Amino acid sequence: MNVTAPASEPIVDPRATLTSVTETVTAPILRPPWPRLWLAGFGGAFLLTMLLFACIGWLFIRGVGIWGVNIPVAWGFAIVNFVWWIGIGHAGTFISAILLLLHQTWRTSINRFTEAMTLFAVACAGLYPVLHLGRPIYAYWLLPYPDTMGLWPQFRSPLVWDVFAVSTYAMVSLVFWYVGLLPDLATMRDRAAPRWKRQVYGVLALGWRGDARHWFHYEKLYVILAGLATPLVVSVHSIVGLDFAVAILPGWHSTIFPPYFVGGAIFSGFAMVLTLVIPLRKLYHLESFITDRHLDLMAQVMLATGWVVAYGYFAEFFTAWWSRDEFDQFVLANRALGPYAVPFWGMLAANVLAPQFLWSRRIRRCVPALFAVALVVNVGMWLERYVIVVTSLHRDFLPSSWGMYHATFWDWTVFLGTIGLFLALLFFFVRLLPAIAMSEMKALVTKKGRVA
Amino acid sequence: MTAPPGLLAEFVLPEAFAAAVRRVRAAGYTRLEAYMPFAVEGVADEIMRGRRSPMAAAMLIGGIASGLGAYGMEYYAAHIYPLNVGGRPLDSWPSFVPITFELTVLGAALTGVFALFWTAGFPRLDHAIFSDARFDRASQDRFFLCIRGDDPLRAGPGARDLLLAAGAESVAEVAL
Repeated sequence: MNVTAPASEPIVDPRATLTSVTETVTAPILRPPWPRLWLAGFGGAFLLTMLLFACIGWLFIRGVGIWGVNIPVAWGFAIVNFVWWIGIGHAGTFISAILLLLHQTWRTSINRFTEAMTLFAVACAGLYPVLHLGRPIYAYWLLPYPDTMGLWPQFRSPLVWDVFAVSTYAMVSLVFWYVGLLPDLATMRDRAAPRWKRQVYGVLALGWRGDARHWFHYEKLYVILAGLATPLVVSVHSIVGLDFAVAILPGWHSTIFPPYFVGGAIFSGFAMVLTLVIPLRKLYHLESFITDRHLDLMAQVMLATGWVVAYGYFAEFFTAWWSRDEFDQFVLANRALGPYAVPFWGMLAANVLAPQFLWSRRIRRCVPALFAVALVVNVGMWLERYVIVVTSLHRDFLPSSWGMYHATFWDWTVFLGTIGLFLALLFFFVRLLPAIAMSEMKALVTKKGRVA
Repeated sequence: MTAPPGLLAEFVLPEAFAAAVRRVRAAGYTRLEAYMPFAVEGVADEIMRGRRSPMAAAMLIGGIASGLGAYGMEYYAAHIYPLNVGGRPLDSWPSFVPITFELTVLGAALTGVFALFWTAGFPRLDHAIFSDARFDRASQDRFFLCIRGDDPLRAGPGARDLLLAAGAESVAEVAL
């Protein structure tokens, strides 16, 4: 898919200058009063975060029995939400790393924000497997360390691969984000008026002076980090896919899972980026940086990755039919017609039908319509993980061991709580740090005369 | 004899700044420093005079070391704590690939960041250049070129005039 800028439509406002970039981006952070909308939004998110802590506390007291998980469905909301959050976390690195290497300059105005989104989504995702352990106090047993019992993790298990994949992804995303922030933290230090603010931003900037020597090494490092992060984007969700595919359970045991999970991750990630960026650019008056054209391009990425997801659904059904394996065929028939048919058809409507509206340029350019499609896809991708986890487990080979899964009150509150944590972190981020990569925008602004 | 103070010149336009760096360099000055809010094309290369950045090499070494360490750990664990899974070999290398890959990337990335901190001297919160009042804008919308006091040609008469002729907005002394 070619998403290079047509010469007619610039990706930055042609009137933007170095000074205006600095002012537009730093003004909402340095302006003294806390905006009322921010306070209201953060207040709500903060209450949900407190709810999360309360639920975790109750979980620690009573154990995972407060959730709906049991045999046969031992992987309930915890794993559904883990996969959903980690999928959302893929758009950030995709935008920052892969689009950087592909010279897609339109990424510049959204990469900082989506990287932050990635970090916070991965933080939410990382909570779930630990909470789901049953005895979370022993979470560190997943790590290799010289213990007196002489025990080691089972390195052949995808669940242990996951520990390394997710923690590596979190670390590398953090490092990539922070290195990218250094020049902008220096800008914040130099613009902040009160002494204590200068000190805080100054310490965070580590003494960045914009020295040509810094830039020389920095740019090299940044490109190599992008090159390193690129295979990471693919590997993390592949390994999450292998968590399922390596099991012999019908409905999971499928070679399509790793690529289909990666496609789905980028799909859901872009849906979440649109869900967040549309209100953000409105509230922070960033329309001259995050233009309608950016939204259009993100919608196109969603449309393309939506087809990868649709192909994944098709391949599952095709393989079941082609293999003549009666258990595989039963699982898929049970998905479409069994007790979980509603989430299944909801998933198809949200992930396959809804994105087709994006073929229309008019809908891609109509902000409310695009926002609605993005919200629907967020829900659809959550349903997809629910369908994969629950319908495969609840009826396996032996009818005598069949069962049903119902989420409990505590399942829902923990899920709501992580949404609150995610939003609260994002509210902090846009209030305290520059949400647009100023130094990269400045390079773009000065080039506008030379490149289209 | 103590060295004279350095000269710090301020520029408004990135193109003029890049041209000035080339011009001052061509005039034979060697102890130069450039400060800019974003990486203006060609300036860093001009200042670094064809030197190579150690980043790529450092990250390659860090990545390989970390990857070897990861595989070694898995190999060691498989032998010190053997799990016989259907008679398969203990060194079941295909299933050791994902963690080896992940830790290779992690090792390379962390080495790169520490290499940047090392070469740039981070964290270093105080620096003589910050004492210049104009310098706040070096991270915003102005470009600065400094001829250091220890430059052999600095003591000569022409430094200030050269900077002004190259299009500097203002020139002032700085303790560098």
